[in-house]
Amino acid sequence: MLKKRIIPCLDIKDGKTVKGVNFTGLRDAGDPVELAKRYVAEGADELVFLDITATLEKRSTLTALVTRIAREINIPFTVGGGINSLEDAKVVIEAGADKVSLNSAAVKNPQLITQIARQFGNQCVVIAIDIKTNLDGDYVYVKGGSEKTSWKLTDWAQHVEQLGAGEILLTSMNHDGTKNGFALELTNQVSRMVNIPVIASGGAGTMDHFTELFQKTKASAGLAASIFHFGEITINDLKYTLLNQQIPVRCL
Amino acid sequence: MIAIIDYNAGNTTSVKNAIERLGATAIVTRDHALIRSAEKVIFPGVGEASTAMQFLREQELDQLIPRLKQPVLGICLGQQLLCRFSEEGNTTCLGIFPVDVKRFSDTELVPHIGWNNLLEIRSGLLSGITETDDVYFVHSYYAELSEYTIATCDYGLTYSAAMQKDNFYAVQFHPEKSATVGERILRNFLKVVE
Repeated sequence: MLKKRIIPCLDIKDGKTVKGVNFTGLRDAGDPVELAKRYVAEGADELVFLDITATLEKRSTLTALVTRIAREINIPFTVGGGINSLEDAKVVIEAGADKVSLNSAAVKNPQLITQIARQFGNQCVVIAIDIKTNLDGDYVYVKGGSEKTSWKLTDWAQHVEQLGAGEILLTSMNHDGTKNGFALELTNQVSRMVNIPVIASGGAGTMDHFTELFQKTKASAGLAASIFHFGEITINDLKYTLLNQQIPVRCL
Repeated sequence: MIAIIDYNAGNTTSVKNAIERLGATAIVTRDHALIRSAEKVIFPGVGEASTAMQFLREQELDQLIPRLKQPVLGICLGQQLLCRFSEEGNTTCLGIFPVDVKRFSDTELVPHIGWNNLLEIRSGLLSGITETDDVYFVHSYYAELSEYTIATCDYGLTYSAAMQKDNFYAVQFHPEKSATVGERILRNFLKVVE
């Protein structure tokens, strides 16, 4: 049986791991490779590395870091932040990343999704969607959540699937950093509209939040950063808690 | 020395890293003489079948690979290309396994991404692996069951997760990304003696 995935996310700035609360006020949580190795040992199913400064500062991705990660890590990992062209994707994939995650660049140039999918396969292309719920609806935001687009969530999700996205990484900005639980309704909305895996992100604060995510939505995976970084929850404990709730997970 | 065939289809770096973590030496190459003289050959692949086959033909690797006598391990798209035909781009493949490759139906999420366990496990390649062990899959197409199936996987239907015919081994999952379970399988392959 296919297992539900638990994915720690490592936000990277200047080669260090950070995690923002609502995308601002960053705290240092150590060396990405050391942290990644700890997560693998704890039973992480995949890792996501997001260079969170890249979109704002137009930085190129951390190729040297990706190379180091690829040498040390024996599970799949995704790299995002600053992937703005087919060439950017190629560099990161050739350095050893399994997937690239696109956010602002996909909105700016949707054909990039198709270009990367054609060259490396759909499974290589994760579309990160930052969503903010306002009175006027659920809109896609870009540039680290600082800029609203005219895309509504479900329209954009369907569009990226048609263009060749292999997975959607859905982050609710209203939930991110709050530790009050995942955006269940938004996750369900997207899952109903697409036939590719949806990774829910933003809001995980307790193990129950993951149980709730997998019991109440069709999410394929749950992603979190700070609760894992600061040791509030260990992935191994989380897996056994989920297993006790009859949620299929990979336990070491 | 292990030769990893480089044919512009995906993540040869990961496979090389995985082999090197096990203490073996690997080179990524499309040089016929190097491939022919390698102790073992890994035929990896992530990408699209028709594009990959076209590249193999341009490099005449489609002639070389079926004639290899040492143990060969196809991974992911590599497994599919060792089959007869793929629905992906309606592609005639290398034909080592007389098996067709089909697309998952949309009753399941496609691609099949994530950790899934192997069933009906046979063969020395998978020695020590049990039905509770999970390995990492990422694919939209699958090889049908055949007499060459040495492990199956369930995803909406049952398909060949691993196959063997003579010196040709093939796995749909990514042992190089399957943590310690994958390392065990790669170590088994490194030990396989003709």
